[in-house]
Amino acid sequence: MNDEFEILESDVLIIGAGGAGMRAAISVNDAGLKPIMVSKSLLGKAHTVMAEGGIAAALGDVDSKDNWTVHFGDIIEEGVYISDWKMAELLAKEAPERVLELERYGALFDRTPDGRIMQRAFGAHTYRRLAHIGDRTGLELIKTLEDQILHRNIQFLDEIYIVDLIKNNNKIVGAYGIKMNDGKRYIFRTKAIVIATGGSGRVFKVTSNSWESTGDGLGIAYRAGVKLKDMEMVQFHPTGMVYPPSVKGVLVTEGVRGEGGILLNSKDERFMLKYSPEKKELDARDVVARAIYKEIMDGRGTEHGGVYLDISFKGPDFIKNKLPAMYQQFLEFADIDITKKKMEVAPTVHYMMGGIEVEAESGKSNIENIFAAGEVTSGLHGANRLGGNSLADILVFGKRAGDSAAQYALSSKLEKIDQNEVESITKHINDLFKEDGKNPYALMDRLMTCMSENVGIVRDGEHLKKAIEIINELKKEFPDVGTKGGMKYNHGLLGCLELENMLISCEATATSALMREESRGAHTRSDFPKKDKNWRKSIVVYRGEKNEIVYETEKTKEMPEEFKAYVKPEVYK
Amino acid sequence: MSENISVHVFRFDPETENEGKFVEYSVPYIEGMAVLDTVRYVEENIDPTLSIRWNCKAGKCGSCSTEINGKPSLMCKTKVDTLGKDITVAPMASFPLIKDLVTDISENWEIARKIPMFSPREGMEEPWKINPKDVERSKEFKRCIECFLCMDVCHVIREHYTPYFGPRYIVKAASWDMHPLDALDRSKFLNNEGGLGYCNITKCCTDVCPEHIKITDNAIIQEKERNVDRQYDPIAMLIKGRRKKEKVVR
Ligand SMILES: Cc1cc2nc3c(=O)[nH]c(=O)nc-3n(C[C@H](O)[C@H](O)[C@H](O)COP(=O)(O)OP(=O)(O)OC[C@H]3O[C@@H](n4cnc5c(N)ncnc54)[C@H](O)[C@@H]3O)c2cc1C
Ligand code: SF4
Ligand code: SF4
Ligand code: FES
Repeated sequence: MNDEFEILESDVLIIGAGGAGMRAAISVNDAGLKPIMVSKSLLGKAHTVMAEGGIAAALGDVDSKDNWTVHFGDIIEEGVYISDWKMAELLAKEAPERVLELERYGALFDRTPDGRIMQRAFGAHTYRRLAHIGDRTGLELIKTLEDQILHRNIQFLDEIYIVDLIKNNNKIVGAYGIKMNDGKRYIFRTKAIVIATGGSGRVFKVTSNSWESTGDGLGIAYRAGVKLKDMEMVQFHPTGMVYPPSVKGVLVTEGVRGEGGILLNSKDERFMLKYSPEKKELDARDVVARAIYKEIMDGRGTEHGGVYLDISFKGPDFIKNKLPAMYQQFLEFADIDITKKKMEVAPTVHYMMGGIEVEAESGKSNIENIFAAGEVTSGLHGANRLGGNSLADILVFGKRAGDSAAQYALSSKLEKIDQNEVESITKHINDLFKEDGKNPYALMDRLMTCMSENVGIVRDGEHLKKAIEIINELKKEFPDVGTKGGMKYNHGLLGCLELENMLISCEATATSALMREESRGAHTRSDFPKKDKNWRKSIVVYRGEKNEIVYETEKTKEMPEEFKAYVKPEVYK
Repeated sequence: MSENISVHVFRFDPETENEGKFVEYSVPYIEGMAVLDTVRYVEENIDPTLSIRWNCKAGKCGSCSTEINGKPSLMCKTKVDTLGKDITVAPMASFPLIKDLVTDISENWEIARKIPMFSPREGMEEPWKINPKDVERSKEFKRCIECFLCMDVCHVIREHYTPYFGPRYIVKAASWDMHPLDALDRSKFLNNEGGLGYCNITKCCTDVCPEHIKITDNAIIQEKERNVDRQYDPIAMLIKGRRKKEKVVR
């Protein structure tokens, strides 16, 4: 066993190199301090790279009536009135500046005929608002920030798996990581930490998310005493691929509908006219996902259990220019030419609205030197996220979390690492090596199946209880999982550690979903189909003193009177 | 779900073993499956110590680069059906091996740091205006997902110890050179420091690019020609000379 340690010191340790982590690292660098950024995947490969449709910013380049107040209203309404209004305000106000900053860094957005940044329509955005680069917006964002990281010589270590944070006398003083390349262990001594580990879509069987999205940051934060919020709010994207089986869940961008694509059932009916006569295919994601789910459940689905999405009538030139990646994706992965044929699609798990509870302005968690940004956080999107708001989120709040962590680091010093803490983490890892350990991937598969079957688009008490039961069984079995081989590039070892984190977020999700006896946004209960005004609040989850999971509810903060004018009043039927 | 297929996967830990070998695994066939599905099956069900690298499973991140039946390819984009009965998967040969199918690609970051970044022309009024037609040329190069397959296949990188930056980085430089608001011309730099003269336009890089970027025609040849057109000073002459010699040698 490789028990060697390397100790690295920084002012701010950034865990994650997606858009949020990289933007935070740039902020710390701007402040003249020393960031270290670590990530589980290679530099430039973070989940953000997959984002397609665009970044929401009220630039008003296409629809001049758009401005931050309209964007603000859209966030609050579609988040079904449990969003943190302050986060919504900051996002709506600052997203345009973050887009222009990307452009200054070298990103090249699609243009309007008169040379301004082109913006496309997206579900439930009042105006055409998504700045984009074809359907590869995430790639451009990642590569543009990667250039900054490289040319500013910001220290990064990729393919580092952070196992846990290290405490000394109740204060977080660093983090413990494993370098996959050589199996070496690292201690990151630091003054402040920004958690930017992204989402946890991979706890579900069918998902658009990448390998790394196992919610590690949620597990790491939870064990350190950080509060999580809105964990029941899981976004199903209406359109994932369904066929062939090996690509099931892979995203079909909302851009297809944004550019005019329509949804049809097996009877060739444009069913969205029935579910949402006004917004049709471009209603909020939860509405469209539920409509598709209902069509399939009622027997009007396609051969492979989806519905049709058609854009072929727009013609090859239009499609190849506006949706080049989608054109390639279907051609290469499904042998389908979307300029001629319809696509088959069904909902796929896409995004976690829930996560670390943070202060709006600073990204600070309930622990003074732990900050967080990006998909790992909660608050902004409330009960439902609008497409394009996540890329805006990671830049706006990545910057803010980086700024505040740097500010914190300026007035604090490096603390000593407690060796006992380190040893106990080392022991935990070493214990995972055993000759006849249970295969972590087999347990993971049971967990993912359980989540997809019982905590899906439409939930009810019975299924949720069953999910909790299965999660508890798996928790009991967890001590038996193990792997073979050495520390070096061992996915079996990672599988064990990831599973531990996945169990935490799944338990929080299922239990919160059972507690919320109403239907709101992405959370739909068939046994409580109505929205309930007593539930205009969030469920907060944290680790109690006796290691038990504590659930509490927290009222949604009221926005100031003048902001109410930007939002339609909430209606209860 | 009927028959099984066999995959020969290269296994080697250079730290503990003297040489690598191909190990045969039998994997259940699923319709439409990609090579990535087969090695993931091995890792998740047969041998968890098999080292593989992947992330998006959708051809978007460029993590899963390997050599499949000898051709540099993305595992997630290569369908088993296109390969016939014999499937071999080996790591990229141009990069140092870490273990099994995983290679160390970090040397690329050093090259990346050398290329002068996007430098907007001075005195432009914000917000910038750009003609939609002008974004097209750079856009092709911006499709690059940094899979490094072009670097893997390039014989200059494979066989020679030269200062050549490699196709990925000519594409990178070209993406800025063809940015409508960029003030620099990197062609001279690429030919001097970047060793572009070593490239003899075999087009192997273009053939393997999963993003179908016309690396040679649209990036490399453009940067070579612009260098020649722009400067008739002694340095340029010198480079021209070296390039000719290189051609004769081949
Ligand atoms: C297919 C697809 C398309 C999308 N399209 C859009 C879109 O058009 N517009 C939009 O706004 N949003 C879109 N989204 C959502 C958006 O892409 C993500 O929410 C966002 O990119 C998340 O960014 P992030 O920086 O928070 O985290 P990520 O990009 O997920 O990065 C997480 C980072 O944390 C690291 N990490 C994780 N665990 C560990 C650990 N244990 N140790 C060390 N490092 C760790 C990872 O390696 C990675 O570097 C899309 C999502 C998907 C899946
Ligand atoms: S064309 Fe040039 S860069 Fe491309 S593979 Fe051949 S020698 Fe290498
Ligand atoms: S140019 Fe093509 S082959 Fe080369 S790294 Fe980029 S995507 Fe890969
Ligand atoms: S896994 Fe991302 S390109 Fe293959």
